[in-house]
Amino acid sequence: MADRSPAPDTPELRERWGAFEFTESYRERADKAIARYPEGRQRSAVMPLLDLAQRQVGEETNTQGWLPLPVIEYVADYLDMPVIRVLEVASFYFMYNLKPVGRYHVQVCGTTPCMLRGSDGLFEVCKKRGMSKGHVSEDGLWTLTEVECMGNCATAPMVQINDDNYEDLTPERLDEILDELAAGKQPKTGTQIPGKRTSEPEGGPTTLKEMVDANHDYRKDW
Amino acid sequence: MLADKDRIFTNLYGFQDWGLKGAQQRGDWDDTKSLIARGHENIIEEMKASGLRGRGGAGFPTGLKWSFMPKESKDGRPSFLVINADESEPGSCKDREIIRHDPHKLIEGALVAGYAMRARAAYIYIRGEYIREAETLQAAIDEAYDAGLIGKNASKSGYDFDVFLHRGAGAYICGEETAMIESLEGKKGQPRLKPPFPAGAGLYGCPTTVNNVESIAVVPTILRRGASWFASFGRENNKGTKLFQISGHVNKPCVVEEALSIPFSELIEKHCGGIVGGKDNLLAVIPGGSSVPLVPAEQIWDAPMDFDGLKDLGSGLGTAGVIVMDKSTDIVRAISRLSYFYKHESCGQCTPCREGTGWMWRMMERLRTGDAAIEEIDMLQQVTKQVEGHTICALGDAAAWPIQGLIRHFRPELERRIEEHNAKFAEAAE
Repeated sequence: MADRSPAPDTPELRERWGAFEFTESYRERADKAIARYPEGRQRSAVMPLLDLAQRQVGEETNTQGWLPLPVIEYVADYLDMPVIRVLEVASFYFMYNLKPVGRYHVQVCGTTPCMLRGSDGLFEVCKKRGMSKGHVSEDGLWTLTEVECMGNCATAPMVQINDDNYEDLTPERLDEILDELAAGKQPKTGTQIPGKRTSEPEGGPTTLKEMVDANHDYRKDW
Repeated sequence: MLADKDRIFTNLYGFQDWGLKGAQQRGDWDDTKSLIARGHENIIEEMKASGLRGRGGAGFPTGLKWSFMPKESKDGRPSFLVINADESEPGSCKDREIIRHDPHKLIEGALVAGYAMRARAAYIYIRGEYIREAETLQAAIDEAYDAGLIGKNASKSGYDFDVFLHRGAGAYICGEETAMIESLEGKKGQPRLKPPFPAGAGLYGCPTTVNNVESIAVVPTILRRGASWFASFGRENNKGTKLFQISGHVNKPCVVEEALSIPFSELIEKHCGGIVGGKDNLLAVIPGGSSVPLVPAEQIWDAPMDFDGLKDLGSGLGTAGVIVMDKSTDIVRAISRLSYFYKHESCGQCTPCREGTGWMWRMMERLRTGDAAIEEIDMLQQVTKQVEGHTICALGDAAAWPIQGLIRHFRPELERRIEEHNAKFAEAAE
């Protein structure tokens, strides 16, 4: 089970984040999220709001973002919730970073389906570049995390970096992707096998071949 | 092989537009009003007759589940439909394809299913890691609202119905229905004791039904083509078509829609280009996502891929996430990695699971290297039995079963590793 605790509550942390509040565009998105739940149930919006707060922190620090304690308190205040109720949500769910992370959060899936397709080799690539699990690299560029199944098993092995998935990877291809990111470029997302679209068998689908070139309507064959 | 005209998810691979226009050209949202006009009971009866069993893993009959919802609200509480898109079971990757390539099937299904069970809104709970998928789904929901297909007087049916998207944030346990409800209420995703069942008191204390994405997305097509069409595929009690997801040691891993009860061999040879290194190189298969026990090669090859066929082999269909392992696999490590997964994902609420998953994983790691005593295999087996069935939700069972499957079928391998390790130790001591 999760064994996670927030970053220490220091005067420096208060100094840096004590005045945190949503910018106008984040406030708009937060209020839209709250409106999705019934009257008096605004607490349901704690998950989307923590996500938004983390993203805003990310923009301010040029990283994927994380949740310093004063930011968690701000979300609690925004939703009129006790701080501990927000903190327990933030520490329960793994996508909330409780410590600072790098510019790119390299999340390598290590669960069995990816392991069978060679995720060990992907970890090797990351380690060779100086990444180690749970730490920010010296240049501030990378944080490596081994994540549990990401639901891309038919296109394994895969890595999620910030908001994008890179699938059907080889160690060489991952190395190139990391090079491109370091150079400020956006690599191709999704499957990395040339000519492959998504999760169809490599070399072309065995079914629904008419769909490849046209939006076929099968109703006339019913 | 299932004919293309009988496949429900025709844009499964996303070659064509996922948007409203593309979806309508493929037949979605075609006179949805007339589906709703059939009435609550008729829709539920049709679903019962189709034989559809829940596609999220447990295989509970979908129509029957809907019939548990109250027919009228005596105290003013509304009813809710919660759609489980928290796809996190290792080996499963089907709901993702529906969400990003055929989202309108899901939204239309939400309206029709929601109407049938008299829900006023649907919450789609999508796993947090599906970031791009959630963006697509939200855009599809917005399109449907703009076109008047959902919302007030949805599809001009006279029925008001909302669809909301809720993103998770990385907790496998939220795929359990009551944990999902807790999470939707803004809490830690820790499962609730049942009873009360969600159909009596679920989300916000209101009657709630939780259904898997695939179970909901197939509803409009079943109604359009009729229960007898859907029931014409698969064996008795295992009806319909199903998305299979094949990962691991096959030449071409993929997601594919097939008729239930398709033999394993056909699934692998027709769609996946066979086992890596050929049929004789197959070691074992986990046929339904990580929670079900593995099946050795010789038993799986001709087995029908359905609920009952795999149950007969001491395993299960689960989500139909088929993890294939060839003879190069370190089978103990493969299962031990799953034990680590369950240790990582235990919510910590029940002691047998919180402590047991960690204990089982550490024991599995010792068995992996052979650093154990033969009796400890039996001790591990006993501990899995003490975890299984002694927790609020099924995560404890799910953590126990893969290990039980390993011991059942690969005990000689475990013993061999221990003997080898001990021999090395004895040699060093001399």
